[in-house]
Amino acid sequence: MNPLTRFVFELQEISVLIWRSFVSLFSQPRYVGEWIKQMDLIGVGSLPIVLLTGFFTGGVLVLQTFPTLQYYSIQNESGRSVATSLIRELGPVLSALMVSGRIGSAIAAELGSMVVSQQIDAMRAFGTDPNRKLVSPRLIALILMLPLLTVAADIFGLMGGAIVANQLYSQDISVFVNSARNGIQVEDIIGGVIKPIFFGLVIGSVACHKGLTTTGGTVGVGRATTDAVVIASIWVIIFDFFLSKALQYVLDVGPM
Amino acid sequence: MVEDLQEKPFMADGSEVITDFEEPINDRNRIAPVIEFRDVHLAFDEKVILDGVSFSVRRGETKLILGRSGGGKSTTIRLILGLLKPDSGQILIDGEDITNYSEEEMMPVRQKIGMVFQEGALFDSISVYENVAYRLREQNVDEEEIEHEVRRMLRFVDLEDAIDKMPAELSGGMRRRVGIARALVGDPEIVLYDEPTAGLDPPTARTICELAIKLRDLQDVSSIFVTHEMNNVGYLSSEYAIINESGEVVFEKEGERLCLINTEVIMLRDGKVMFNGTDEQLRSSQDPYIHNFVYGKN
Ligand SMILES: Nc1ncnc2c1ncn2[C@@H]1O[C@H](COP(=O)(O)OP(=O)(O)O)[C@@H](O)[C@H]1O
Ligand SMILES: [Mg+2]
Repeated sequence: MNPLTRFVFELQEISVLIWRSFVSLFSQPRYVGEWIKQMDLIGVGSLPIVLLTGFFTGGVLVLQTFPTLQYYSIQNESGRSVATSLIRELGPVLSALMVSGRIGSAIAAELGSMVVSQQIDAMRAFGTDPNRKLVSPRLIALILMLPLLTVAADIFGLMGGAIVANQLYSQDISVFVNSARNGIQVEDIIGGVIKPIFFGLVIGSVACHKGLTTTGGTVGVGRATTDAVVIASIWVIIFDFFLSKALQYVLDVGPM
Repeated sequence: MVEDLQEKPFMADGSEVITDFEEPINDRNRIAPVIEFRDVHLAFDEKVILDGVSFSVRRGETKLILGRSGGGKSTTIRLILGLLKPDSGQILIDGEDITNYSEEEMMPVRQKIGMVFQEGALFDSISVYENVAYRLREQNVDEEEIEHEVRRMLRFVDLEDAIDKMPAELSGGMRRRVGIARALVGDPEIVLYDEPTAGLDPPTARTICELAIKLRDLQDVSSIFVTHEMNNVGYLSSEYAIINESGEVVFEKEGERLCLINTEVIMLRDGKVMFNGTDEQLRSSQDPYIHNFVYGKN
């Protein structure tokens, strides 16, 4: 298969996977227990790394931009600059990349080893639809948890920024907070929450598809895992661009 | 008319003793095969795996499938479960053509089938109990009945002690036996074994063959038993299980008086059925490939 055919073929398979999982939500059995388990694993489990990432990203943003802002004597606006870039871009994208590394790889590895040890075959043989039991709960959990994780990362990022501005550049916390509060638009927040919904879908569907199509024994599981993370991350970044453009258009915050 | 004939043997009041393995053949179910392959072809990309395979398994019969590894034995079994679809040909289960069945349509068919996977394929995130209970849970059976069934099955494979263990804590032979217990829950009429003794020590392998013999002779289960070990063929095609006066299951060897007719062998080679017959025919075959397979080199 040439690369283009292969790409179209995989895209089709992923679409079918998403569609099947979606349809399966409308009938029994739904395995709600699995949903909760996955939400716990994905949401609660990823919280520490996402918070750390957010905190230090916010911090470094202030660290790097403060001198420039000071040069133009607008250092009182550092809160605004951090808030905008965090909420619009860095919060969603960095959280998605962290989750793709941590959860995308885990999903692909788990499903991949279930394939090579015939556990998926066994499930089907004993009357379970793997889409229902394995794919849907993971997609649901990612779609619901990633926006929440992103919001948490944003908040920690602002805290990180405030602490750096205060400790290293002796700016008053209230100045930072006020500037951030003035800088944040409702559109930013909506956009910042819509993006991770899509990222969650991308990460989950790519990882589940890679895992479920694993071939070639344990070596294959390794390959599926790497592929899942790399492909999901690339798609997150590509999607981010187009989503940003689409959101600018829809929310009417385009270039003035 | 046919219905009448079918009912008769079961209406016998017990005075009529049915001699071992000489059961009446006027049972319609015994004439229609439980599993039937009709000219099945399957290729992965360019690689032909099955090239016109036809065979059938009668009710109560055990079919031993022999063949080199990579010869398409597991593939054959996956086709029966509908986990894979053939490129052409037909597959019938209980006379029902399942070739083009969708995943949903396959579900009731799969309920008739118990599958023992090659390496056990236990779900390693859940305990032995949950593994064996798996099928019943999917059917929303109530907990009391599940526990009863699980214990009964684990007792059958002599592993009741391991009920709360996780699969990772079990030895290879134990995993295989849990796999058998899981397959037997719900008393399927068909059991498929994919190399259930591969990699096991001889006594454990023997135990697993005895389980298969008991199911065949005492519970009238039809099965396909994939193996490439000739001693498995020896056990399954020359011994039978009966219950003696004190109610114990004993295994006896076939003799001049009695010859097992419910076990046959087929051999796959290059995607074709190259041999189909009894083990006696297999052992006396002049074909160099079969001779080589049965007796090793030469
Ligand atoms: N899903 C698949 N895709 C491609 N090739 C496969 C697939 N499943 C099995 N094969 C190939 O089919 C051949 C037969 O496999 P299998 O039925 O497992 O053999 P056996 O059980 O007799 O050892 C092997 O060469 C295997 O590599
Ligand atoms: Mg095999």
